[in-house]
Amino acid sequence: MRIRALAIRIIRQFVRDKRTLALLFLAPLLILTLMKLVFNGNAVEPNIGVVQIPAAIVERLSSSDANVTKYDDAGAADQALKDGSLDAVLSLAGGKPDITLEGSDPSTSKMVLLLLQRTMSAEEPGVAPAVTYLHGSADMASFDYFGPVLIGFFSFFFVFMLAGVSFLRERTSGTLERLLATPIRRFEVVLGYLTGFGLFTLLQAALIAWFAIDILGLYMDGSIWLVLLMNLLLSLTALTLGTLLSSFASNEFQIIQFIPIVVVPQVFFSGLFNLDSMTPWLQGLSRIMPLYYGADAMRGIMIRGEGFSDIQLDIYVLLGFSIIFALLNVLALKKHRSI
Amino acid sequence: MSSNPSTSTAAPVVDVRNITRRFGDKTVLDDISFGVERGELLGLLGPSGSGKTTLIKLITGIDKADGGSVVMLGERMPKLAMLQRFGYMAQSDALYNELTAKENLTFFGSLFGLKGKQLGSRIQEAMAIVNLQDHLNKTVASYSGGMKRRLSLALALLHEPELLILDEPTVGIDPVLRQSIWHELGAMRERGTTIILTTHVMDEAEKCDRLGMIRDGKLIAIDTPAAIKEKSGTATIEEAFIVYGGGVRA
Repeated sequence: MRIRALAIRIIRQFVRDKRTLALLFLAPLLILTLMKLVFNGNAVEPNIGVVQIPAAIVERLSSSDANVTKYDDAGAADQALKDGSLDAVLSLAGGKPDITLEGSDPSTSKMVLLLLQRTMSAEEPGVAPAVTYLHGSADMASFDYFGPVLIGFFSFFFVFMLAGVSFLRERTSGTLERLLATPIRRFEVVLGYLTGFGLFTLLQAALIAWFAIDILGLYMDGSIWLVLLMNLLLSLTALTLGTLLSSFASNEFQIIQFIPIVVVPQVFFSGLFNLDSMTPWLQGLSRIMPLYYGADAMRGIMIRGEGFSDIQLDIYVLLGFSIIFALLNVLALKKHRSI
Repeated sequence: MSSNPSTSTAAPVVDVRNITRRFGDKTVLDDISFGVERGELLGLLGPSGSGKTTLIKLITGIDKADGGSVVMLGERMPKLAMLQRFGYMAQSDALYNELTAKENLTFFGSLFGLKGKQLGSRIQEAMAIVNLQDHLNKTVASYSGGMKRRLSLALALLHEPELLILDEPTVGIDPVLRQSIWHELGAMRERGTTIILTTHVMDEAEKCDRLGMIRDGKLIAIDTPAAIKEKSGTATIEEAFIVYGGGVRA
């Protein structure tokens, strides 16, 4: 009864606060859209200058996504390279191919090298390998790989902030003291908060998932219900962690200070960056981060089409985190009322 | 109101025994004892920082004493069930500004277990007492400071508690409004409600049935305002406070 009253109050406050609603629902969509535009941009066509190269090779280069410019002498080509109008110059030195790269941008250099190697090796008669994909497809973009992690991250980040600030305000405005001067139990306060916020986090999770999959066309191979479940669990963890940490902040600015300490490190370990290249003890650190489990499950569901049995460990761990944080919340409230 | 004469005369509504409270090595309340009778309006007078609010929080059970005991209506505090029996108004208004007065009242009413028709009629009654019945559906953000204070009082009255505990109910309120709040408190006392309040305004202290003077965490005097003035041989409460407090300072 009291839990319901508290949940209804939180919902009413939320509905009145249009700007916060917009932050919760629209900000993730905006950022996801930007991410898609950044990571899914059309492949850059490298500008390659050629100096006295057989016509057959030039033709193959042109047909494979490169802008080819012919030069008669090496001097003019080098000048164009210096001007920045070329990314690489291909010439023949003593019968062997010679490549000079502009080299400022490592990713462009890599792309040019790959392109040139492919073109040259095609000269040799060989067997073209047949390529099949176990997961994903040939036209899967970076965004499809990062997307599932980002969906989880946004649910986590925005809910963490909102829960932290809301609970802090309850404390600093004195309403928490008034709340605790009624016969409400401490666990009822925590459950009321979970219920009230839970509704909005559920809506947010559904909106983000729908937008990412149906509008942005994010690669999706698994069950939408599992995606929603994981998102909800991540939000619950963020909610309980946010309210818990707000006990240790005395104003809104101090909540912001938790972002570099609590949120940003989780991004590094969430799988946006390759974990395998980290030293083992650092990899172990990811095991204590809720976002690691959420991201792992999201990627599994969306890219590899994993089912419940594949991700159940992630589910249990996130549930465990939420329960521990909620219990600590009940304890932390003791600071404000001894019973 | 007192249906049972044996309890109304014998057992005090609140019995504070040898209460001590320390924060770190600072003693905020030092061995305080007093009782509050049914239907009495007890004022706790003292400068800010004297320990009034801490004492109030110990009586309500929000805070726990390091020594001594508080017994309210026969129950040893702190006790969760007792939170249903008294109304508490803190120093800050502590309202949800985004919500309307009615939504604030509905929320706290539900926490006290009020619902349906009963909740609706209690909201009307409480708002009528503080003369805000025409502003029920306005958001609290549009309220003036005095209106917020009165709404805060209405929230404390909502569940018809037999004991009201008010921390500085009239702080920062203009004289006219202050008078009307005192008028309301007087009317509630007539109906049998026991009231404990804190104040640092001397002329308010005169209106209490009994007055406890607190200074540096010690209860330096507790009696009727008239008796306090008589014993200290002074004409005003303010002078009496200085006489009683002077011994401590020297």
